[in-house]
Amino acid sequence: MKTVEPHVDARRMWRKFKSGAMMTAAVLATLLTLVPLFLVLGYLVKQGVNGINWAFFTRLPRPVGEPGGGMGNAVLGTLEVVGLASVLAVIVGVGTGIYLSEPGRNRSVANGVRFAADVLMGVPSIVVGIFVYAVVVRPMGGFSALAGAIALAVMMTPLVARTTEQALSMVPAELRESALALGIPRWRTSLSVVARTAARGITTGVLLALARIAGETAPLLFTAFGNQYWSTSLRRPIAALTVQVYTYAISPFEDWHRQAWAGALVLTAMVLVVEGVVRSISGRGLRTPR
Amino acid sequence: MAKIRLVRMSAYFGRTRALREINLDIPEFNVTAVIGPSGCGKSTLVRCINRMHETVKDARVEGDVLLDGENIYGPGVDPVQIRRRVGMVFQKPAPFPTMSIQDNVAVGLNLNGLALNRGERAEIVERSLRRAALWNEVKDDLGKPGTSLSGGQQQRLCIARALAVEPEVLLMDEPCSALDPISTAHIEELVLELKSQYTIVIVTHNMQQAARVSDFTAFLLGGVLIEFGDTKQIFTNPERQETEDYITGRFG
Repeated sequence: MKTVEPHVDARRMWRKFKSGAMMTAAVLATLLTLVPLFLVLGYLVKQGVNGINWAFFTRLPRPVGEPGGGMGNAVLGTLEVVGLASVLAVIVGVGTGIYLSEPGRNRSVANGVRFAADVLMGVPSIVVGIFVYAVVVRPMGGFSALAGAIALAVMMTPLVARTTEQALSMVPAELRESALALGIPRWRTSLSVVARTAARGITTGVLLALARIAGETAPLLFTAFGNQYWSTSLRRPIAALTVQVYTYAISPFEDWHRQAWAGALVLTAMVLVVEGVVRSISGRGLRTPR
Repeated sequence: MAKIRLVRMSAYFGRTRALREINLDIPEFNVTAVIGPSGCGKSTLVRCINRMHETVKDARVEGDVLLDGENIYGPGVDPVQIRRRVGMVFQKPAPFPTMSIQDNVAVGLNLNGLALNRGERAEIVERSLRRAALWNEVKDDLGKPGTSLSGGQQQRLCIARALAVEPEVLLMDEPCSALDPISTAHIEELVLELKSQYTIVIVTHNMQQAARVSDFTAFLLGGVLIEFGDTKQIFTNPERQETEDYITGRFG
């Protein structure tokens, strides 16, 4: 083995020490981030798991004092409102994203749209609720599932638009050129070649946006309002897990608190499932040509 | 006979003039090479022949480009229709990553709204892949993604894709610059075979390649057409001093 000059050796020790110190700091920081997350999740499971049973998903809420009952209507309501919101947001948001990434678009219009989307993403969700109350609930003469879905869609659309734009901008320009050079019209090129290549990225963006809005309470308070009974009508108030959890959590009743914990757990589980789907899609990676 | 005729054609990027009043007759069923140093406007020149130049922001063309005597920049001419008659192969092979080999070949037909039944489609796919000398290598893997092929195969796939639309002219913009010598030889052989059916314009920065595959050569310098003529004559006895300096490697 070659002998090393002592000062070289000392320098190497110092480098090793620095590397070790930085690594320790990074690990500590990671733990610090993860600890609250697992505390929250753990506590949620501990408190909520007792309230979860078949009846929770199939039964209606019971009046205070009566045991049993569930939040079946709220689970269904959340699925309906979030589902409808996603459909609306995907139609408008993906379309907007495609427009923003088109090379031929008017640059100042695109910048305006992009700015508006960014501002809209920053608007407090309660403001979105009030806005939809004013433009949908009042003219329609009452709270409704439709209004709730619109409120969530307003929050979701800018997220979808921006992530779509980003996914599309990752598509190599050569693909667009190749398609145009084959005599494929521009709109077909954008849809069938560019958007199709970015489909996985777009799907990921949509699901992440969906997971974010699924947990929103404020926009639903004066739009979907909540409902103690089964309802799927778009024109009538509808129950949603978030609103139900909120109502139950601020009540003074022990039973209701237990139900609220169970509701929170179910909601979190639903979001985690969506996140899992996202990971399995994006984990396979966007296939791009070399 | 001139298949394509450029008449005082100039090309611009915004205010910059990339090509200056080019007059050039490209003969039918021959290979015409476009040579010149980087940035002289070779690619721009061929991109003007299928109206791809204007897809770049602020880019425009002045003058006329006649295809079979008809001005492709005339009023009411649809660039999409021109691109179906004048196919193009780019520098970097770019098969569509979401599509299989056969879908890559058929994409120009499918997305142009041509209703084809399975048999017709399979026939066109096979014919195009055969013409691009790729059929024997991929005939058992037609369902595999186009991106699973090697670089040289990908480029031949792109040629097959262009041929499937049945163009009359094939523009090739440095088709071998991303390929190894063996794949390059494949493509060059292919060019020689294809010229009996197509009019080919090939941009190349490789002068040996131009000498090997082309019948005519155009030499561009700084956006100006310096010399055009028979390839043999250009490479053995050029008329202009600049041409001689370039092909003997004194600059470029």
